[in-house]
Amino acid sequence: MNFDFSDDQKFLKEQARKFLSEQCPPAVMRAVLEGDQSYDEKLWKAIVEMGWTGTTIPESYGGLGLGHLELCVIAEELGRAIAPVPFSSSVYLATEALLLSGSEEQKQTYLPKLVTGDAIGTLAIAESAQQPLPKNIHLSADGGKLTGTKLGVPDGDIATFCVVAAKTGNDDSERSISLFLVDLTGPGVKRERVKSIDPSRSQATVIFDGAPADPLGAAGDGWQIAKEVLDRAAILTAFEQVGGADVCLDMAKTYAMERYAFGRLIGSYQAIKHKLADMYIHTELARSNAYYGAWALHTNAAELPTAAAGARVSATKASTYAAEENIQTHGGVGYTWEYDCQLFYKRARLLAANLGSARVWKDKLVSQLETRNAA
Amino acid sequence: MDFNDTPEEAKFRADVKEWLAANAKPKSDGGVPKRRYETGKDEIAWAKEWQAKKADAGYAAITWPKELGGLGGTPMQSVIYNQEESNYEIPPGIFGIGLGMCIPTVMKHGSKDLNDRYVQKALRGEEIWCQLFSEPAGGSDVAGLRTKAEKQGDKWIVNGQKVWTTGAQFSDYGLLIARTDPDVPKHKGITAFIVDMKHPGVEVRPIKQASGDSGFNEVFFTDVEINDDHRLDEVGNGWKVSLTTLMNERMSIGGGGGGPSISELIDLAKTVELESGPAIQDGAVRERIADWYVQGQGLAYTRYRALTALSKGAIPGPENSIGKVVGAKRMQDMAAFGLDLLDMAGGAVGGEQADTIQTMQNIYLSAPGLRIAGGTDEILRNIIAERVLGLPGDIRVDKEVAFKELPTGK
Ligand SMILES: Cc1cc2nc3c(=O)[nH]c(=O)nc-3n(C[C@H](O)[C@H](O)[C@H](O)COP(=O)(O)OP(=O)(O)OC[C@H]3O[C@@H](n4cnc5c(N)ncnc54)[C@H](O)[C@@H]3O)c2cc1C
Repeated sequence: MNFDFSDDQKFLKEQARKFLSEQCPPAVMRAVLEGDQSYDEKLWKAIVEMGWTGTTIPESYGGLGLGHLELCVIAEELGRAIAPVPFSSSVYLATEALLLSGSEEQKQTYLPKLVTGDAIGTLAIAESAQQPLPKNIHLSADGGKLTGTKLGVPDGDIATFCVVAAKTGNDDSERSISLFLVDLTGPGVKRERVKSIDPSRSQATVIFDGAPADPLGAAGDGWQIAKEVLDRAAILTAFEQVGGADVCLDMAKTYAMERYAFGRLIGSYQAIKHKLADMYIHTELARSNAYYGAWALHTNAAELPTAAAGARVSATKASTYAAEENIQTHGGVGYTWEYDCQLFYKRARLLAANLGSARVWKDKLVSQLETRNAA
Repeated sequence: MDFNDTPEEAKFRADVKEWLAANAKPKSDGGVPKRRYETGKDEIAWAKEWQAKKADAGYAAITWPKELGGLGGTPMQSVIYNQEESNYEIPPGIFGIGLGMCIPTVMKHGSKDLNDRYVQKALRGEEIWCQLFSEPAGGSDVAGLRTKAEKQGDKWIVNGQKVWTTGAQFSDYGLLIARTDPDVPKHKGITAFIVDMKHPGVEVRPIKQASGDSGFNEVFFTDVEINDDHRLDEVGNGWKVSLTTLMNERMSIGGGGGGPSISELIDLAKTVELESGPAIQDGAVRERIADWYVQGQGLAYTRYRALTALSKGAIPGPENSIGKVVGAKRMQDMAAFGLDLLDMAGGAVGGEQADTIQTMQNIYLSAPGLRIAGGTDEILRNIIAERVLGLPGDIRVDKEVAFKELPTGK
């Protein structure tokens, strides 16, 4: 057994941390959060230059041809840096969808551009405040043209193309859903940036009105592919969440070692110590579950859906808990706009929402355990 | 990153499998025995016999050097052995305290003569050991101990009382810490000894636990003589000695809690009919099962990470406290949840679910002990905060004061 990243992967991680601490201190995230930009273009360019957008893309399409373990260590560092870039949409969602089910032609069209950043991709499923189930998807695909509206599409305002879930069958079953690739800069597409709980990561409403679309994967396979993409993205996002939780714990610890109340460091009060111990415990458990997810991704194991749900549930708990209790540990200043605690608080909430709630993932997880139990 | 055995590990596993198949009985229908942890005469004889067999094969202390009767193996090999052994009917682990905690302490702090006299006999299960640390005056604050040892010639005379001593009723020797100087601050006036539990001045009285079992005891010392050559380390160095033991204790308890398995909970939730249908379809039920699953997996993978680090030469540290702090409470909560699912039936053993109810009740009744033994939940959180995260220690009122001047309760 060897349940750890390799020395090369750790080296990559160190490089990524160094790069991001120079290129993406919290002020970079704050500038996007406070400004009108949807993302930080300079940082995005630098990330593209590092080749990270092509981490898992084979060399024949211009990528680095590395594996998912490498992508996991990069994700953790992006989470630490709360980087304001469309990396997750373009890499965890769009790239994974193409790698999983794109035709050779589609791969040749999109993958090289995803590597160079000339294309930014995303995935659009939800259409309302309801859980995105097949019965809640109404967007139609008549004659290869999409009509309907998608809500809360991550980076929907800046992405150049989108993987869209549409209803192609006659009922509410999973087989009635198919995926399509749509050029978001082409005809029949309108998009509006919407307010995001974390304004450093933009989201948009995308309205399709007869937008030309290219089927991705076979008709009726859409739901299954979307699930697989979400499982993969959940594991990668779990690494971002763990990275963020780590920083929150660090911030809380540093503050607890500086701030005095009643003549002693607040870090000497057990209520604070035990809170920080719990932050540590949640974060370590999440890290371990994320590692398991990484292993499942890397080996494309049959356990991948269970590993993904476990990583997702554990990391969402750790990252929201750490972000919430980091503010609490800081007292009043933690609740100011000026302090960075809020940046992590907002990012943690966004990451908890983007791929679906912990409740839904827990439900999926138990379904998988039931099946396994019955077997 | 992989879960595969290395070729050496695979070879070791195959050897272990073969040896177990030849020497032990597989667990009947894979089920966990429903009976409680019992240690009557028969179990002890069985345990001793099994231990001797293991020692002959080198499996009694896999990580110890060969000169000491071990296998000179890796921690990973220990894990492999335990994984395989768990498929067999084996006796209660009455040697864990001795081999996991007391003997490593003797090895580190005892003279060569003491090592020659005690290590092999303990390894072969010929002698059983207990840990005589906690006292009525303090378990978390074990340095507040009052049992005293007074020097007379080349002997020490011990008077006082220990409590919560697991296995004292069948132990041959005990690792004792006692106060040898009340005039210095408390951590400085302690000395460690090996005590003969069969000495006429040692009286063991079983304590009935909340679970109804009697695994631990009160131990009274009245003018018990210990030869000075049975002292461990220097006079006044007992606190240092006890830290060795406690560190080993956290390592061995570090595994953290059993409890009902996730599949047991799922099976139970399937059989329970709520107004809205089977309990397994209830959202709140599903959320809790998912949370415990994720916690349990998180602990298991954390252990794998630690083992991987160990196999690359890392030294196990206080991070391992996570296992017990999470595991013990998890086990209590899962059992409570199981009983809750059974609703009005959860309180009484009977009906078609009698076995399940009995198991859940047993687990629920043993869980409080696990949350206390070997460092309470609170003490372990202090350890994580102070030793892993580097936060300041509690403000102490007992550090510079002579032991005899310290305030005490009743
Ligand atoms: C099943 C079982 C087996 C045991 N076996 C052995 C054995 O073989 N040998 C042996 O020597 N001992 C044994 N013990 C004793 C065990 O180590 C002690 O019970 C334990 O350390 C707690 O000590 P205490 O009982 O004196 O409780 P106390 O230390 O009095 O604790 C009471 C409460 O106060 C809290 N507390 C105490 N200090 C602090 C602090 N600094 N900060 C915050 N909270 C604090 C505790 O967490 C606890 O909630 C066993 C106990 C159990 C339950």
